Amino acid sequence: MTATLPPETGAAGASAEPPLAASRPALAQDWRRLVRMGAVGAVAQVFIALSNMPVRLDERVIVKPVLSLGYLTLLIVPFAAGHRVGHQIKREGMPQHAAGAHEVAGGAACGAVAGGGLSLLAVLLANFDLREPLVNWSPMLAELLAFGNATRFAVVIWLLIGAAVGALGGGLRLLGPRTRRAVVTMALAVGGAAVLEPLVVDLAEGMRLEALTDRLYARRGGINWTSALGLAAGSGILAVLGRGRIQQARAHIAELEGAQRTRTNGLLILATAAVLIVLPLFAGKLTNELLANVGLFVLLALGLNVVVGLAGILDLGYVAFFAVGSYSAAVLTAATSPRINPELPWLVALIVVVIITGLVGLFIGAPVIRMRGDYLAIVTLGFGEIIRLIFLSDWLSGWFGGSQGITKIPGAGIFGLTSVAGTDPRRVFYLVLAFCAIAIYVSWRLERSRLGRAWMAVREDETVAEAMGINTVNVKLLAFVVGAILGSFSGAIFANKVGSVFPSSFLILVSMVILVVVIFGGMGSIIGVIAGAALLIGVLGGPKQPGLLQEFSEFKLLIYGALLVWMMLARPEGLIPSARRTRELHQEEFLQDAWLRGEVDTDDGNGAEPEATERS
Amino acid sequence: MSDPDAATPLLEMRQVNTHYGAVHALKDVNLAIYAGEMVCLLGGNASGKSTTLKTLLGMVKPTTGQVVLDGEVVNDRSTAYRVERGVTMVPENRRLFQRLTVRENLQLGAYLRNDSDGIASDMEWVFELFPRVKERLSQKSGTLSGGEQQMVAIGRALMSRPKVLLMDEPSMGLAPALVKQNFELIEQIHEAGLTIFMVEQNANMALSIADRGWVLQTGRVVLDDTAQNLLNHPDLRASYLGEA
Repeated sequence: MTATLPPETGAAGASAEPPLAASRPALAQDWRRLVRMGAVGAVAQVFIALSNMPVRLDERVIVKPVLSLGYLTLLIVPFAAGHRVGHQIKREGMPQHAAGAHEVAGGAACGAVAGGGLSLLAVLLANFDLREPLVNWSPMLAELLAFGNATRFAVVIWLLIGAAVGALGGGLRLLGPRTRRAVVTMALAVGGAAVLEPLVVDLAEGMRLEALTDRLYARRGGINWTSALGLAAGSGILAVLGRGRIQQARAHIAELEGAQRTRTNGLLILATAAVLIVLPLFAGKLTNELLANVGLFVLLALGLNVVVGLAGILDLGYVAFFAVGSYSAAVLTAATSPRINPELPWLVALIVVVIITGLVGLFIGAPVIRMRGDYLAIVTLGFGEIIRLIFLSDWLSGWFGGSQGITKIPGAGIFGLTSVAGTDPRRVFYLVLAFCAIAIYVSWRLERSRLGRAWMAVREDETVAEAMGINTVNVKLLAFVVGAILGSFSGAIFANKVGSVFPSSFLILVSMVILVVVIFGGMGSIIGVIAGAALLIGVLGGPKQPGLLQEFSEFKLLIYGALLVWMMLARPEGLIPSARRTRELHQEEFLQDAWLRGEVDTDDGNGAEPEATERS
Repeated sequence: MSDPDAATPLLEMRQVNTHYGAVHALKDVNLAIYAGEMVCLLGGNASGKSTTLKTLLGMVKPTTGQVVLDGEVVNDRSTAYRVERGVTMVPENRRLFQRLTVRENLQLGAYLRNDSDGIASDMEWVFELFPRVKERLSQKSGTLSGGEQQMVAIGRALMSRPKVLLMDEPSMGLAPALVKQNFELIEQIHEAGLTIFMVEQNANMALSIADRGWVLQTGRVVLDDTAQNLLNHPDLRASYLGEA
């Protein structure tokens, strides 16, 4: 540990890393901050416990026999609180304290306060009947909290667990960046292996590697603790060995220019495509079904991304286009469609579907587009519901079957060669993949086109865009139509995959989920949107589609909401932002930094504006 | 460019009245801008300056009267048509598309043009005028300094290859040193052959570079004279130049 340095030394080199001051004594805590953070943790703990998540998720074992998903939801809070409380704000010119006993003690104390929430809850559960006001939790909760023992035990154990886990969280700060990366990699490896369990098992079966997974996973779910240790050790070693290699490679790719860049990008795309084409061959129904669902949402999210991300029109009723696409595909292909049933081949029907949905986009868009901001969002929300209610209505039940929907929709036939139905998820996935490829290409081209620029101009400043000669109404309408058409692809595949459409498949919820995917992934970023769909839909599941963590399905919306709030606070540009968004959202900080470094001449004219000073 | 006294003005307002709902914003306004001129429209807050620009550009329709562009009455023509025919505006406060790069901003200025060769050569011309813009080409325009943003804003307008450039309050929100620099930019592009119509509150500055000017008061043109005469006009001195 370095000796305390006078602050002047830090101030001298503003851009250099400030030197580390000695670590603080363990008891010199900012108690108020500590208690506040702990209290927030405690409230979160109690909330999670009462939402019944721990009990429900207890069935999903992560590491057998030590850790279940249920307990993980309780442990994560004191851990995060303990870690967070040791956070030092980096201030230029101010010395940073080296991490030490202070962080561990603070983490432990903070974790104990958070754990205390559960202790209190255990006492309350034992002495009062909380079933009346709080209906969600089950009596199993008390048992789970006390590990099958008396309430007294629960009170003590959660204080201890909280302190221990909090200390661990705080202790994480003691590690150097390298060790920390290794630890994080280990945690990610074990966690990833646990989350991906169904997928890995499914793939292993396809590749005839059951022996491997039998060793890794326990018979009734969860990683064997021995394998978990092995996995952690292995990934830790890999992390240490491969330290920085990935970053290096990425930096290397980012530096490439011109033809080389294009070639590398092409190779990366080819490799991804190859994996996506080969993988399903080895995968069973479950994996393919999952991938197909993710693909459907990628399609929807890409469509919404054009509307929200590029043109800046906040559409809260995007599900309308998904619904119109699904229903028109159903009516055109199903023999059982109530009123008209032309039984068109799927590809032919798709063309009609695209035209119909495009027209609907035009009809909905025309009145909506003239509004701005909040009002526009509200109106789109309304139209999303109107479309669903039209399909549900008795008035048109002769056409669309009302609440009975349309059933027995045949699979999607392609040139009479194959028929793609939900019974064969592999083919569905390939179909979805093909359309995703089209959608990605179209989005990518559009972003760089004249039209894409016009959309962005409208998003940035509608009045000036108009003054540049952009017909803002037409351009925005076009965004609506393009978004609608991309959504209709997803709808058409969905109808023929599932084999039936009901109004209840097109709740407002679907709009929200797609929007969350777009925001979570990063508005305006194609890769971000794909990653968002893979993570949210793949892991947590879509509105009706199960994800890898099926146990979460009940709490999906809760987690979506929490994620969205966290995202808005911590990373408003999304998971994988487009370069644009980052700059915009952090522009103020960026400019402030630049100003501090004296790089930007400010508008008050006393900055570095050479010509101006010369002449005056 | 052609002689200022040529018969037909490049851009003209004939007896224009414009209403915002019931509010009578422009009252019988007559303006004529000839090719090669640098003219300015002066006026205080809410005197109708911006409305004049919007009416010229077709973003607001006049209730009566005519807007004439190059001899053609364009009352019912869209903004896009007028931009294509050679009128462009540099909006007040620059108003670049902040999150887009400088290049994209310039390309958007040429939105209505299809001649990619012409666009490329015009972009070179903008770089010639403002070499600093070229250095910042792939930077987000929002991160530029005030002076650079002004160059991009003018460059963006030039990309539509206008005959007449409408400038909305070029001195608005700028520090004195930058205002001066900005007016130098305007003179520079005027010398490059552009007709300029600027709308300003800063009468002193505008009149020092303009040929002629009008003064607008509550929607009515109250003075119409050469810049020199306006500078010496007692009313103007009293109301704008802060001299009693």
